[in-house]
Amino acid sequence: MTTHAATPQPSYLVDTGSRKGLLAWLTSTDHKRVGVLYLVSMLSFFFVGVGIGFVMRLVQLTPFQHLITARTYNALFTVHGVIMIFLFVIPGLPAVFGNFFLPILIGAKDVAFPRLNLASWYFFMIGATLAVLSLFTGGGAPDTGWTFYAPFSLKTGTNVSLAVFGAFVLGFSSMLTGINFITTIHRLRAPGMKWFRMPLMCWALYSTSWIQLLATPILAITLVLVILERFFGIGIFDPAKGGDPLLYQHLFWIYSHPAVYIMILPAMGAITEIIPTFAKRTIFGYKAIAFSSMAIAGVGSLVWAHHMFTSGMSNLATMIFSLLTMIVAVPSAIKVFNWVATLYKGSIDFQPPLLFALTFIFLFAIGGLTGVMQGALAINVHIHDTYFIVGHFHYVMFGGTGFAFFAALLYWFPKMFGKMYSKKAIYAAWFPMFIGFNMLYFGMLILGMMGMPRRYFVHLPQFHTMHVVATVGSWFLVLGLLAFFGTLLYALFKGEKAEDNPWGGVTLEWTIPSPPPKENFDTIPTITHGPYHFEQESQ
Amino acid sequence: MSEHVHRDDFGARLGMWLFLVTEIVLFGGLFIGYSYMRYKYPVDFHHGGAELNATLGVINTVVLLTSSLTVVLAIVAIQRAEKKRAMAFLSTTLVLGVTFLIIKSFEWAAKFHHGLYPSAPHLATLPPGEQVFFGLYFTMTGLHGLHVIAGLSVLSVMLWWVATDRIRPDRYIHLENSGLYWHLVDVIWIFLLPLFYLAA
Repeated sequence: MTTHAATPQPSYLVDTGSRKGLLAWLTSTDHKRVGVLYLVSMLSFFFVGVGIGFVMRLVQLTPFQHLITARTYNALFTVHGVIMIFLFVIPGLPAVFGNFFLPILIGAKDVAFPRLNLASWYFFMIGATLAVLSLFTGGGAPDTGWTFYAPFSLKTGTNVSLAVFGAFVLGFSSMLTGINFITTIHRLRAPGMKWFRMPLMCWALYSTSWIQLLATPILAITLVLVILERFFGIGIFDPAKGGDPLLYQHLFWIYSHPAVYIMILPAMGAITEIIPTFAKRTIFGYKAIAFSSMAIAGVGSLVWAHHMFTSGMSNLATMIFSLLTMIVAVPSAIKVFNWVATLYKGSIDFQPPLLFALTFIFLFAIGGLTGVMQGALAINVHIHDTYFIVGHFHYVMFGGTGFAFFAALLYWFPKMFGKMYSKKAIYAAWFPMFIGFNMLYFGMLILGMMGMPRRYFVHLPQFHTMHVVATVGSWFLVLGLLAFFGTLLYALFKGEKAEDNPWGGVTLEWTIPSPPPKENFDTIPTITHGPYHFEQESQ
Repeated sequence: MSEHVHRDDFGARLGMWLFLVTEIVLFGGLFIGYSYMRYKYPVDFHHGGAELNATLGVINTVVLLTSSLTVVLAIVAIQRAEKKRAMAFLSTTLVLGVTFLIIKSFEWAAKFHHGLYPSAPHLATLPPGEQVFFGLYFTMTGLHGLHVIAGLSVLSVMLWWVATDRIRPDRYIHLENSGLYWHLVDVIWIFLLPLFYLAA
C-alpha cells in the first residue's frame, strides 16, 4: 500500500473555498461532492417511491376497493414507475458511484468536464422537480403508466405534458453524464493505466455511457413528439390523422429497453469490484467481463420489440426479436459464471458488501431467467401484462440494480465518508429485506402465472391469498430498508472512524485516505499491473 | 499541479463530437418516423411535397451552406491572428443564419395562410398521409429552426469572446466547437431538403 504524503490534504468534506456549508456543496464541481449530491437526492426520491409502492400493496390487501379510489391508484403506479425508473435506477449507480469513483479508479483528479458534471445534477433536479410538480398541477397526476403509451397519453386530461417534459430534462442529465464519462475514460487515465488495466467498474461505466449517448436522444424526441401531439395535434401517433400508435411503442422501447442495461451494467460493474476484494484473488476472466459489458450494450440495443409481442407485429419480426432477446442472456451469464469462478478457491472474507453482492447474484439470476422465459413467444403471449412481468422486472431492477446499489454503498461507504457502520446491524437488516423481497416478488411471479393482470385496482378472490403473502412481504422489505438506512445514517454521525483500507482492496481508491482528499492523489500514480493484483496470491 | 488549470483541447473536441452524436440520434428518431410514414403513404407524400416551395428551399440551402463556409473562414482567421477578419466572417455567418430564419418564416406563414398546419380544419379534409406529411414537416423544420436559433446564440457569444480576446490564436477550441455545432445544423438541413421539398 502506498503511504500518504507528509502533509495530508484536507478531505473533500471540508470546505476550503470562500463559500461554506450548503452553498459550498451546491456550487462545487468536485466529482466527489457531485456524487454525494446525487446520492442524497436520489435516496430521497427512492423513499418516496417506496412509500407509494407500500400504499399500493396495502390496497391489494383486500379484493375490493378500499383506502383510495381507482383513479388515485392509476396515478400511484404511474408515479411509482416514473420516480423509481427515472429518478433512482437509471441514474443510480453511474451518477453516485460513477461520479465519485470513476476518476479515482483511473487515477485522475476529476472528470473531464467538472462544470458540466455539476450542471448534469441541476438538470436532474429540474427534471425531478417538474416530474413531481406534474402530480399536483394541471389535470392531476398522470394516469398512463410510466410508459406513456399513445394514443391514451395523447388524450388523457391528466398532466402528462409536464411529466413527459420532466423526463426529457432528466434525459439531458443522463446524456451529459455519458459524454463526460466517455471523455474522462479516453483522456484522463493515469500513466500506465492501459484499457485492460482499468478496474472493470470503468468498463461497465464506459459501455453504460455509450448506451446513454445513443439511446437517450430517441426517448427525448419521442417525448417531444408526445408534447407536440398534445399541444398542436401533429398527428404522427394519432390514427385519426393518419399516424400510428405502434410507432410510438417502437420509438419508446428503442430507448427504454437499452435503458434497462443502463440500469444493470454499472450494477454488474460494482459487483465485479466487490467480489475480488472479498475473495482476495484476481477476477476470473477479465477480458470476458469487459467485452461482455460491451456485448450487452450492443445486443441489448437490438431487442426492444420484445416488449411488443402482443401489440400486433409481423410473425417474422417477433421471431427475430425473440432470438435476439435469448442471445443477450449469454453475455449476462458470462458475468455470473465469472463471478462464481472468482469466488472458487478464493480465501473468502465474509463481510456485508459480499453478502449483498451474493444476494444480487441470486436475485438477478431469478430476474434474468424469468426474462428469458418471457423472450419465448408462446410463454410471452400467456403472461404478457400480468403480475409475472411486474415480478420479473422487480427482480432485475430492485433485486439486481437495487441490491447492487446497496452492496456498492456498503463497500464504498467507509471510503466516501470515512466512517464504519455496524456490521451486525446490517446483517440484521438483510434478513427481513431478503425474506420480504422474495415473498413480495416471487408472490407476484406466481400471481402472474395464475393470470392476475398488472395495473388492476381490484382482484378476483382466487388471487387473494398470494396478494396477502406479497403485501406482508412488502412490510418485511420496508422494515429491512429502514433498518439498513438507519444503520448507515447512524454510522454517518456516530460511527467509528474507518481505516483507509478496511476491506483489503487493491484498486486505487484504497490507496488514498478515507474520506479522499480534495485532489484525490498527491501525485498521480503510475500503473504497472492489472487492477486486481493481490500480493498473497502471487506468493 | 495546481487545481483547475487542466486544459485538454482534444478532450473538449471529443466531448463535442459525442454531443453531436446525440443530436444526430435525436433527429434520427424523426427520420425513422419519416421513413415509415413515407413507406406507408408514398402518394400522399408526393402531393405534400408538391405544396412546398422548392425554390425557397434551395435558396435557403445555399444560404446555410455559405454560412458554414464563413464559420470555417473565421476559425482560419483566428488561427492566423487576424481578429478583425474573424469578427467579420462571424458576423456574416450570423447575418446568413438570420436570413435563413426569415425565409423560413415566410414559408411557414404561407402554409398557415393556406390552412396547411396541424389541427387546421382544411388539413383535416386532406388524405391522412398528407396530414402526417405536414405534421412531420412542421416538427422537423421547427426543431431544426430551434437548432439554428441555438447555433446563432452560441455564435453570438463567440463573436463577443473574439472581440474581448477570450478567444485567441492560442486558444480557440470554443469557436471550433461552436463551428462544429453549426455544421451539424447545416448537415441536418441537407437531409431535410430532399425529404420534404424534393419529395414531389
